[in-house]
Amino acid sequence: MPNMSLHKNPMPVQEPDVRNRNFNEVALGYTEEQAVDEAERCLNCKHKPCVSGCPVAIDIPAFIQKVKEKDFEAAYEVLNRSTSLPAVCGRVCPQETQCECKCVRGIKGEPVAIGRLERFVADYHMAHNTKDAQIPKPNGHKVAVIGAGPSGLTCAGDLAKLGYAVTVFEALHLAGGVLVYGIPQFRLPKEIVRKEIENLKAIGVKIETNMVIGKVLSIDELFENGYEAVFIGSGAGLPRFMKIPGENLKGVYSANEFLTRVNLMKAYQQGSNTPIQNARKVAVVGGGNVAMDAARCAKRLGAETVYIVYRRSEAEMPARLEEVEHAKEEGIIFKVLTNPTEITGDEHKFVNGMRCVKMELGEPDASGRRSPVEKKGSDFTLDVDCVIMSIGTSPNPLIRNTTKGLDTNRHGCIITEEETGLTSREGVYAGGDAVTGAATVILAMGAGKKAAQSIDEYIKNK
Amino acid sequence: MVHRQLCDYKTGIQIEAEEWWDMYKIVKKKSLNPTVSFMEIDAPFIAKKAEPGQFIILRVDENGERIPLTIADFDREKGTVTIIYQIVGATTKKLDSLNEGDSLQDFVGPLGVPSHTEGLKRVAVIGGGVGCAIAYPIAKKLHQSNAVVHSVVGFRTKDLVILEDEFAAVSDELIIKTDDGTYGTKGLVTDALKQLIERGEQYDEVIAIGPLVMMKFVARLTKEYGIKTTVSMNPIMIDGTGMCGGCRLTVGGETKFACVDGPDFDGHLVDFDEAMERSSMYRDFEKHHYEAACHLFDKA
Repeated sequence: MPNMSLHKNPMPVQEPDVRNRNFNEVALGYTEEQAVDEAERCLNCKHKPCVSGCPVAIDIPAFIQKVKEKDFEAAYEVLNRSTSLPAVCGRVCPQETQCECKCVRGIKGEPVAIGRLERFVADYHMAHNTKDAQIPKPNGHKVAVIGAGPSGLTCAGDLAKLGYAVTVFEALHLAGGVLVYGIPQFRLPKEIVRKEIENLKAIGVKIETNMVIGKVLSIDELFENGYEAVFIGSGAGLPRFMKIPGENLKGVYSANEFLTRVNLMKAYQQGSNTPIQNARKVAVVGGGNVAMDAARCAKRLGAETVYIVYRRSEAEMPARLEEVEHAKEEGIIFKVLTNPTEITGDEHKFVNGMRCVKMELGEPDASGRRSPVEKKGSDFTLDVDCVIMSIGTSPNPLIRNTTKGLDTNRHGCIITEEETGLTSREGVYAGGDAVTGAATVILAMGAGKKAAQSIDEYIKNK
Repeated sequence: MVHRQLCDYKTGIQIEAEEWWDMYKIVKKKSLNPTVSFMEIDAPFIAKKAEPGQFIILRVDENGERIPLTIADFDREKGTVTIIYQIVGATTKKLDSLNEGDSLQDFVGPLGVPSHTEGLKRVAVIGGGVGCAIAYPIAKKLHQSNAVVHSVVGFRTKDLVILEDEFAAVSDELIIKTDDGTYGTKGLVTDALKQLIERGEQYDEVIAIGPLVMMKFVARLTKEYGIKTTVSMNPIMIDGTGMCGGCRLTVGGETKFACVDGPDFDGHLVDFDEAMERSSMYRDFEKHHYEAACHLFDKA
């Protein structure tokens, strides 16, 4: 008899005013009992609508069935057929707009907590698995992957499972892309990312860090090295600024810089040699998940006041609802319909305030979005000593500038065939934020997966 | 030891041994003066591509920060890259505690745009302090392409003079200045440059590399004479690949990222005052860490 509760089993979490002073994971994960009880809520639908919501098409009812049977390793096997990073996805996917929004149980009541169950199974496997990974039989072909973020790692994992010798080239000193420099420890512990990457290495994926493709080797040189296909998963890491006065004052960061210092360089830890400003009052400009991450990190670093400054209203915020709620619980103050016009500094050129105007939403434009309009005479100053710009990123121009014949659009995004991920260059595929501009981890993984299939077909038919 | 299985992309020879490259090993180290050291690092991939004006980012150890250092020289045959650094803080002090045979944690490059030297026939190369280590490969490249090179190098005092023989070998004229007059002639590099210009020397370009304040005053001087001037900027950097904007500068009223757009810029367009302010962002933190590092090493 299924569990007919209308509600998900709640996720145990750290209390808000405890967690906003540490970098430990906020959500603590299901116990075995909670996981089995939640799994019982799945009706095992024949037509599996949830699967259609998952960009990597995990056989969701099948893995949940194994959780019901308490055969957690078998559940992991089901996940492993479709995803290379289940412990990551279970944590950071916006399930409410993907698998869970298609769940039949969500029509009346809450959907099955698919993400939490995926996370549980992956964590269980990490804690209990003692078997060595099976290295797939080599097929004698070599593929290069540029960028060790979610799309590159997924592509590499899928190709390795098919027997390809895959080398991933990563510019930073650690693999993981946004999973290590962007998403903070308290949402995604770096130990989890490290273990997922160890799993990939165990099936034969080679990861070369400190290799900036476009500088140290070009794509053409990769082909000369015997790689038969290349996947570009270099992301969208170039930060945008507002071009308002005072943006180069001391205490103004891009969210990328702030989060890289905190997450990748561990500036929050004693013993790290990388400094970060000891800010008291912080304004984070923007309303996406990155803005929420930056604001919550600033709070944890000891800031007394942290504002989110966003030019539209809360309803338009691109951040996940859960992230917005978590931020509010932790004491982040939301200043919506507010737009910065100038950052002001003291005599030593440190930030001492931010001039803002109030906004109101105008008529819907052609795209149906109501664009914000400045309210005359509504300007005021926010008392801050640090400003973090989180208004989006674009693809880094390095690869497109050093690769002949690689077509990009006017935003600098690589142009690919929708179905295959093929670029304008034979044998060169691309996916993730390098193609779409800044999007989500799971979409990048979906693109990596699709490109792996295309690369396999391309090489087999050569 | 790290597994490297790429073949040499120039010769196409597959390297059979898996552990053919001992990661970022220090193959040579020497002290150039009491605070400046020279290191040759095993980094064949970087050595193959490096050009004067480019830089690397390194991390000394697992807890280390990423610091940028300009490539002072490279040997494509040997597969080594030379760095010359001044001990100014905790990280450079820690770096200097390593010796030949030790390895660096991370070493990435070549980053940034190479210096433009094509078509230059008469050039004044101005180096200040450890900046001379960066000015030298440019002077060398210009000399090799048969340009007339006048080098003006400045140091605080005699003990700090570096690369004198190297500069002499690639310069048609070499002027050494010290602040206190203990070596060469007393005074600033700008004094010497002014004399050269007033003597009637015509330069296609002045290339100035050194402390921000020195580059600022060189640029101010050459602007009066309308001589094109290139400076090599050295702002705070983290990734060095264009993903954070920590190194941003205002050049001609526009924001530029020194790591991808530079580090070379038109000296007459750079906002030096802003750059100097931005470099002092973490002064307190750095001072604290330097003192802690000194304490640690002095005890050991």
